[in-house]
Amino acid sequence: MLRYTIRRLVQLVGVVLVLSLLLFAWMRLLPGGPVSALLGERATPESREALTKQLGLDQPIIVQYFKFLGRAASGDFGVSTGVQPGDSALDIFVQRFPATIELSFFAILLAILVGVPLGYLAAKRRGGWFDNLSVIGSLIGVAVPVFFLAYVLKDAASAALGLPSFGRQGDINATRVTGFFTLDGILTGEFDATLDALKHLILPAIALATIPFAVIFRITRAAVLDVLDEDFVRTAESKGLTASVIRRRHVMRNSMLPVVTTIGLQTGALLSGAVLTEKVFVIPGVGQALAIGFERRDYPVLLLLIIMATIVYVVVNLLVDLSYALIDPRIRTR
Amino acid sequence: MVHSVTARRRWVAAIGFLSVSALALSGCAQSQRDSGGGGKEGGTLTFGAAGAPKLFDPFYATDGETFRVSRQMFEGLVGFKPGTAEVEPALATKYEPSADGKTWTFTLKEGVKFHDGTDFNAEATCFNFNRWYNQKGAGQSDAVSQYWLDNFGGFATTPDKPSLFKSCTAKDAKTAVVELNEVTSQFPSVLGFTSFSISSPDALKKYDADNVQAAGDAFTYPAYANEHPTGTGPFKFGKYDKANNTVELVKNDAYHGTKAKLDKLVFKIIPDETARKQALKAGDIDGYDLPNAADWAGLKTDGFNVAIRPAFNVFYLGINQKNNPKLADLKVRQALQYAINREQLVKSQLPEGAKVATQFMPDTVNGYNKDLKAVGYDAAKAKSLLAEAGASDLTLKFYWPSEVTRPYMPNPKDLFGAISGDLQAAGIKIEVTTKPWNGGYLTDVDNGAPDLFLLGWTGDNGTAHNWVGTFFGRTDNRFNTGVSAWGNSLKDDLAKANSEPNEANRTKLYEEINKKIMDEYLPAIPISHSPPALVLKSDIKGVVPSPLTDEKFGPASKG
Repeated sequence: MLRYTIRRLVQLVGVVLVLSLLLFAWMRLLPGGPVSALLGERATPESREALTKQLGLDQPIIVQYFKFLGRAASGDFGVSTGVQPGDSALDIFVQRFPATIELSFFAILLAILVGVPLGYLAAKRRGGWFDNLSVIGSLIGVAVPVFFLAYVLKDAASAALGLPSFGRQGDINATRVTGFFTLDGILTGEFDATLDALKHLILPAIALATIPFAVIFRITRAAVLDVLDEDFVRTAESKGLTASVIRRRHVMRNSMLPVVTTIGLQTGALLSGAVLTEKVFVIPGVGQALAIGFERRDYPVLLLLIIMATIVYVVVNLLVDLSYALIDPRIRTR
Repeated sequence: MVHSVTARRRWVAAIGFLSVSALALSGCAQSQRDSGGGGKEGGTLTFGAAGAPKLFDPFYATDGETFRVSRQMFEGLVGFKPGTAEVEPALATKYEPSADGKTWTFTLKEGVKFHDGTDFNAEATCFNFNRWYNQKGAGQSDAVSQYWLDNFGGFATTPDKPSLFKSCTAKDAKTAVVELNEVTSQFPSVLGFTSFSISSPDALKKYDADNVQAAGDAFTYPAYANEHPTGTGPFKFGKYDKANNTVELVKNDAYHGTKAKLDKLVFKIIPDETARKQALKAGDIDGYDLPNAADWAGLKTDGFNVAIRPAFNVFYLGINQKNNPKLADLKVRQALQYAINREQLVKSQLPEGAKVATQFMPDTVNGYNKDLKAVGYDAAKAKSLLAEAGASDLTLKFYWPSEVTRPYMPNPKDLFGAISGDLQAAGIKIEVTTKPWNGGYLTDVDNGAPDLFLLGWTGDNGTAHNWVGTFFGRTDNRFNTGVSAWGNSLKDDLAKANSEPNEANRTKLYEEINKKIMDEYLPAIPISHSPPALVLKSDIKGVVPSPLTDEKFGPASKG
């Protein structure tokens, strides 16, 4: 197990190195650049040249890349030129990451809490009206684009439900401890701040949760159906075990492997949905920074945020792999 | 050139204006601007800022959001008359140049104290000038002392890069004499820039103000810039709560002028414009800067006060003479001018308060020629001029930018549509190219790819040099005026006007240049001036919209 983990982490370093080199080159192939973004109509040939030099963009890409690696090794990922000009890219990440984690956490929690029980029930009542309705609902969930649903929630549902239609931007009256709005309120006893933060999170979390919900629902349903047909379930039933014991010990446990895999993959994929959701609901998270960074060609911020997203994705999936052993003890022995 | 006043400047400030949404304009109701005065005492005003201030020492500031905060705590020798770009006395009650324009005598206001209780006087003034001039190491970097470099040139220790500044002498407690190496139209109005505010010498020394260190690409600033800014203004530094993105300033009870009415002034940083709008509606903030022109009508309907600033920008149709020889013919360029229905365009496409441009600067700039009239729309005349020039079958490459709004150009797509429609009606064929503003458009324009392009300018100050000097002060500009013989004489005329010490003569020179530009050269077609705005709750009084975005909250009141 330990060796496996170490091998995966070493792989991660390789992935990050290759990815960063690719990103480095790709970003510089985009038309425009930080110099144009910063100078705008104020550009003169001299100012362009001076700023290009100041940002180190006059050097060959490979030289820039190795300089970046050298500095990155000591924790310096460069300075933002567009998202929050002058701030270090790492500060921007640290500042914004909690908002994205918070949003993603509540979205995936929502998707699991609704998707897994619904999938189980649908499978138990295979072919019934409840099953059919849920399947149609999940299809719609996958099919409707996140940004469309996000706008519907933001512009129509928020007014109808009396919920805020935009993300929380920070509050002068709230004490910040961890950077997580919901957690800070609990830690400092400012429960009204937590409540307020949750209100701001409901609609974006629903928008972001639709796709993972639909996928988790479908996989759970299919997995439970498979297991229900297995001989050991019939055996358990015939030897007189209660329905709840069969469900807990035999059906759920055996159908969880694909579900957990899916949850892991969906968590990793949440970031791309978060870009859209944060943009629509104006949430000051990593997704918003990525969108702004792209418009303004903020190379250091783009690079760091995409690499971080990759690391999160790989680590989440590693955790998923490791969790197999907990769910299914047979894997440990293989 | 000793003083590189060509505004290379606040690249960071420019970012504040960047926004990606395309705008559609709706009709705007009458403005109801409040002149304020006599408001209630006390209370807290919270203003929604688009970005965080980088630091609080205005000398090292380079961007609008940093200046906005510093401006409330600091004052310079001169300032700008509220609501104008006109220079007026501030900490200096009087200032006079010598006959050659190189020696300036400032008479200082008496009884002024810094926030730390020390005296403001001639000695403190010269201490500041010498501090600026004697920056060392990282303090000389372009990213740190940009305003000094742009406006005063080099430092004491950079003999290869001389400075406009020569010396400052405290003749007596209330008289400071500043000597310059050269004459420039920009002095003393540059001293009105927030960058050249006067700090307390005691606090500068105590908090190690000049100790800027380079750390990789970034810079670390000393305690003075981070926690102890000490000026003479109506507000004092309170605290900067980074976790909550708020800056708090408190009233200076010992202020030498009319004291602030507010007890506290808070800047809440909300980078997204939509979020600022929603925060205003939710009552979290009392106002914010640069509401989208498309939102003005709605904000007014909701009872907010949309304070429209005097337009301090120009939008023009750029012409590049390089690739199409026909464009070097004045008649062809004049035909373009006749072909565009500017009046209609301003009425239908631009926000309330926008005006047709008669020249490349608004009337608030010294040197504006009020005798120039906008050439009226005349498609027939345009066609006949094209025929005369043998250019009836003219085809032009017309570029317009997407994914951008600028204060002078709130809706590039619609503006392009109106202009290209007019040109086609005059028989000119158009090859259209559109690119994202920062996805090739700017680079193409700077590299001279288009024949026609849309661009503009927002002014830094009220000197003509900042406008026509920036556009045409060189011949390898975006219009390639060097192609025509007049491009060089225009460049020389502009240099001469800028170094004319006598203000009346200088104004006259610029008025003549503006006339020549419009009648004889026409390097591009000025189209309009459109005003930006800031929005405030209706119970906020006393904030005067400034063309320079130089709004001061000292006279502001709430309730």
